[in-house]
Amino acid sequence: MTEFNQKLDATGLNCPLPILKAKKQLNSLTSGEILYIVATDSGSAKDFDAFCKQTGHALLDSNEADGKYHFYIQKA
Amino acid sequence: MPNKKMAIIATKGTLDWAYPPFILASTAAALGYEVQIFCTFYGLQLLKKKLKLSVSPLGNPGMPMPMGMDKWFPIIGTALPGMQMIMTAMMKAKMKKKGIASVEELRSICIEADVKLIACQMTVDLFDFKNSDLLDDIDYAGAATFLEFAGDTDINLYI
Repeated sequence: MTEFNQKLDATGLNCPLPILKAKKQLNSLTSGEILYIVATDSGSAKDFDAFCKQTGHALLDSNEADGKYHFYIQKA
Repeated sequence: MPNKKMAIIATKGTLDWAYPPFILASTAAALGYEVQIFCTFYGLQLLKKKLKLSVSPLGNPGMPMPMGMDKWFPIIGTALPGMQMIMTAMMKAKMKKKGIASVEELRSICIEADVKLIACQMTVDLFDFKNSDLLDDIDYAGAATFLEFAGDTDINLYI
């Protein structure tokens, strides 16, 4: 279990809400802080990958457990 | 690194056609794009303060129907009074069940993300829409003004 500064529960939300809510919450983090996101949208894995590539934030870890997707994003 | 830009021309005003511009715009904005949506003709429906978007099964053979209805339901049945209202309600209910954002929610996310919403002045005049019916914080412009932005974009969409 990686450390994180804030958590976003995006379960039950479908595209594009997980990305949009993550972006909004990342705004409130300082550089270097980590946002932990839990989502159930199966498209979110690729979405967060693309999101980090575009925005420069680091996708530290992404995995699937108990039918949910977990992402750790570090603010650039 | 200069910001990427996206321009969308939204010309349709039904519930199913409202989603693509707002989803693409909000997602692009989340990815750092500068986005402008130019609403013209029926796309103006997307700028109404009180959204009243419907979807009709009539003449819409691409629309999936529940209970395998698309296989046996006669086309003339889709013109029955109330069908449009029922299908609209069913679609909205299905979206809610699947956790899909409402058009209102997507639109406010767009506005929050500084997506510029522009109403085509010509069609506002054509349909006699009142500025008070449309959102307060939008721009009114013509094609030439919009093309100034659109000519310089990375992604240009006609919806």
